[in-house]
Amino acid sequence: MADLKIRNLKKVFDDVEIIKGIDLDVRDREFVVFVGPSGCGKSTLLRLIAGLEEVSSGQIELDGRDITDVSPAKRDLAMVFQTYALYPHMSVRRNMSFALELAKADKNEVARKVSEAARILELEPLLDRKPRQLSGGQRQRVAIGRAIVRNPKVFLFDEPLSNLDAALRVQMRLELARLHKELNATMIYVTHDQVEAMTLADKVVVLNGGRIEQVGSPMELYHSPANLFVAGFLGTPKMGFLRGRIASVGAQGCEVELDAGCRLSLPLQAAGLTSGSDVTLGIRPEHLHRSSDERCHLKVKTDVGERLGSDTYCHVRTRSGESLTMRVRGDFTPRYGQELDLTLESDHCHLFDSQGQAIGQPLQQQVA
Amino acid sequence: MNSTTLATPSTATSDARPVHGRRRRSPGWFLISPSVTLLLIWMLVPLAMTVYFSVIRYNLLYPGERGFVGLENFHYFLTDAGFIPGMTNTLILVGGVLLISVVLGVLISALLEAAEFPGRGLVRVMLISPFFIMPTVSALIWKNLIFHPVSGVLAALWKFFGAQPVDWLAQHPMASIVIIVAWQWLPFAILILMTAMQSLDQEQKEAARLDGAGPLAIFWHLTLPHLARPIAVVVMIEMIFLLSVFAEIFTTTSGGPGYASTNLAYLIYTQALLQFDVGMASAGGLIAVVIANIAAILLVRMLGKNLTEKH
Amino acid sequence: MLTLKQSRRLNTLLVGGVSWIVALLLFFPIFWMVLTSFKTEIDAFATPPQLFFTPTLENYLHIQDRSGYFRFAWNSVVISFGATALGMLFAIPAAYSMAFFETKRTKGTLLWMLSTKMLPPVGVLVPIYLLAKQFGLLDTRTVLVIIYTLINLPIMVWMIYTYFRDIPRDILEAARMDGATTLQEMVKVLLPISKGGLASTMLLSLILCWNEAFWSLNLTSANAAPLTALIASYSSPEGLFWAKLSAVSTLACAPILIFGWISQKQLVRGLSFGAVK
Repeated sequence: MADLKIRNLKKVFDDVEIIKGIDLDVRDREFVVFVGPSGCGKSTLLRLIAGLEEVSSGQIELDGRDITDVSPAKRDLAMVFQTYALYPHMSVRRNMSFALELAKADKNEVARKVSEAARILELEPLLDRKPRQLSGGQRQRVAIGRAIVRNPKVFLFDEPLSNLDAALRVQMRLELARLHKELNATMIYVTHDQVEAMTLADKVVVLNGGRIEQVGSPMELYHSPANLFVAGFLGTPKMGFLRGRIASVGAQGCEVELDAGCRLSLPLQAAGLTSGSDVTLGIRPEHLHRSSDERCHLKVKTDVGERLGSDTYCHVRTRSGESLTMRVRGDFTPRYGQELDLTLESDHCHLFDSQGQAIGQPLQQQVA
Repeated sequence: MNSTTLATPSTATSDARPVHGRRRRSPGWFLISPSVTLLLIWMLVPLAMTVYFSVIRYNLLYPGERGFVGLENFHYFLTDAGFIPGMTNTLILVGGVLLISVVLGVLISALLEAAEFPGRGLVRVMLISPFFIMPTVSALIWKNLIFHPVSGVLAALWKFFGAQPVDWLAQHPMASIVIIVAWQWLPFAILILMTAMQSLDQEQKEAARLDGAGPLAIFWHLTLPHLARPIAVVVMIEMIFLLSVFAEIFTTTSGGPGYASTNLAYLIYTQALLQFDVGMASAGGLIAVVIANIAAILLVRMLGKNLTEKH
Repeated sequence: MLTLKQSRRLNTLLVGGVSWIVALLLFFPIFWMVLTSFKTEIDAFATPPQLFFTPTLENYLHIQDRSGYFRFAWNSVVISFGATALGMLFAIPAAYSMAFFETKRTKGTLLWMLSTKMLPPVGVLVPIYLLAKQFGLLDTRTVLVIIYTLINLPIMVWMIYTYFRDIPRDILEAARMDGATTLQEMVKVLLPISKGGLASTMLLSLILCWNEAFWSLNLTSANAAPLTALIASYSSPEGLFWAKLSAVSTLACAPILIFGWISQKQLVRGLSFGAVK
């Protein structure tokens, strides 16, 4: 069992509040990813959970036990550091067995656990090497092995893949996902890379400025972001935003008048919204199309196109100066400055009020 | 991950946390206190004694007489025949050696970095060697084997060119001592400056070369500014040691002839351990401390920030 | 007009030539000392000085009967190693605490430590002499061990501090997560990782102790005098045995010279208080 409860957690450094009151539940066997821009407090939150930083106020509970003031080693947690933090003077074997050795575990038991972890991570041939003789990916695996050996209730990962090159990162990402299934482990994972967050997580926690912006499954976050920040942070290329105001509100949804020069009716329940209020409309690149529709022509000029082969990301600029990205087929070659007419898929438009909070729920919600 | 997050003092967060009493105490204070205590005692006890001795009459030859005399000892020390030469010689020694070691140090280390040539490693080893020779040895080697007016190497050289050999330590005692001490400290400057020069960004140099800068322009506009901090370090460290040069004078001239090569350190030594006038020696010691502190305050102000910055 | 290749070669030749001349000039006194140590006293005193002569080992062979060399050398060894070991014992915890548990006062403390080096020894010569006399420590190895520990402590703390500062905190935090106590963290992780830096700190301390000549000359005479004092005794007019002086000097300096050559790169960091690496 591993049930982590965080209640009103705060951290103050030199009179600056870094973590501003966090409430979070991590359930057994869940893969939770903390994601956010640098400086959002995600690493600090992880270190508070690990016990490497002192909590300023609030509470951390693991399986009903208050661990707020328990020393890091006695929390039943293991951490994998961004820099791996392997002991350079010890062999791979001793790196992995060090914690058990300190806990004065039985020798045979230690050997068994180390060889078990080495088997899972395919480290057997490397056990007698020193960390400096290993490649980045191998070091990463040793760091994970060191955590596995301790059989912790929760694994903590602090940006574990950010020091690897792109190809290795993809491979390790898959391995981590496999490991999570194989070990039936509870994992908390910090990253600034939203692709890692989307692909690995059962539950994504988006942090910004020391607060949680939204918690949910990757698809929930992708399809119904709670606010502008989450909408803009998840998804590549980014969601495009258009300024506008509510023109009318009806039973079938609402009409939005965009600054870019078109009127659009959206199937959204706009509770408490009155016509005339300012809104921001968000649209993802895959929901913009070139085929002209009768109701709304968004007149844009192409900026530059990024051709990826399978797709082309076509960056365009509206008449009111906002930039949007549109995903089109890979054989489309935009000319610079070309005039285009675009259609927005109204089912997939997001609406945000002037505070940046999402307005209403789509009438037909799409959750994969 | 910002590496300084751990650096926050535990005391700073304690007020913000009234609920939980148990806290992991940082072992910092406990671990550092032995060193701090030792150094504090080492600094304060003798200094306090020096201050006390400096205002009483205290001569080991006349035990029993220990009256308070106010500033009399200072008066005697400042008007002692040796004081003015002592001060002047201290300044000449510090200034001369600093000048020689910094100027030659920069030139020699720049020379060594200018090109890769056969035996550069050996040249470097030879250049820094004098720094590791103990002061009494270097003083005696120079006194007997180099400076000696009859059998010294310089005497032979002078004779070879048909000149009258010079009795260096008798005729130019201070200059000779400056040379001996500079010979010991120039290698230190070379050692520091050479290492500092190796950390000069090669790309910067190459960019400058592409911009049409010649070797002299590169030296003047890139190398010298880069060396500002190491030079300051050299000046500071050498200053600490040069203010209290003792063994070199003790083993060569014994401060003579007259007071011609007596510096403050040597003057105080003669007062204390040769004339047994503890009071006056203490007064002199305090004056030396004041002088050192003026230099130290200036230097630490100048350098302190540099030294504790993370690179 | 020279080609690029030719001008490079000329440059190398010029730089190399001048460098060699400067190096030979600066090294000459040491070379001459070693050379003289193999001369007879008559050759050593010859005018003009002899570059070529029949070498003899006599000065080295009789070094012990004439001056009791080994007693002085032993004093030097005991004092230097004693002060170095004691210094490390105090400096390591202090540096550890400053590098990994930095507080607002850390920088101030470091600079204050440095400033104790600014206190000129002459300023406290009298009280130290009297205290040593009071406690019966005059002319003992103990008093030099204590004083050398104290005068080198700031440098050792600084030097170890700069090495510790370069160790990623992650590694120590990993050890903490693994359940290491502060002592285990230091002994099992920190010290093995930084053994190179600690070794050069010890070397620097040994060099400084070995060569120290103010306190050794003033506080010791017959029993506890180290090599610096033995050499100084040759300065008296009746001690004009140049070849023997050279032999003793060569023996006294050789170990330190070799230490210095080995560790020159690392010494820079300690001697510059971490400002130059």
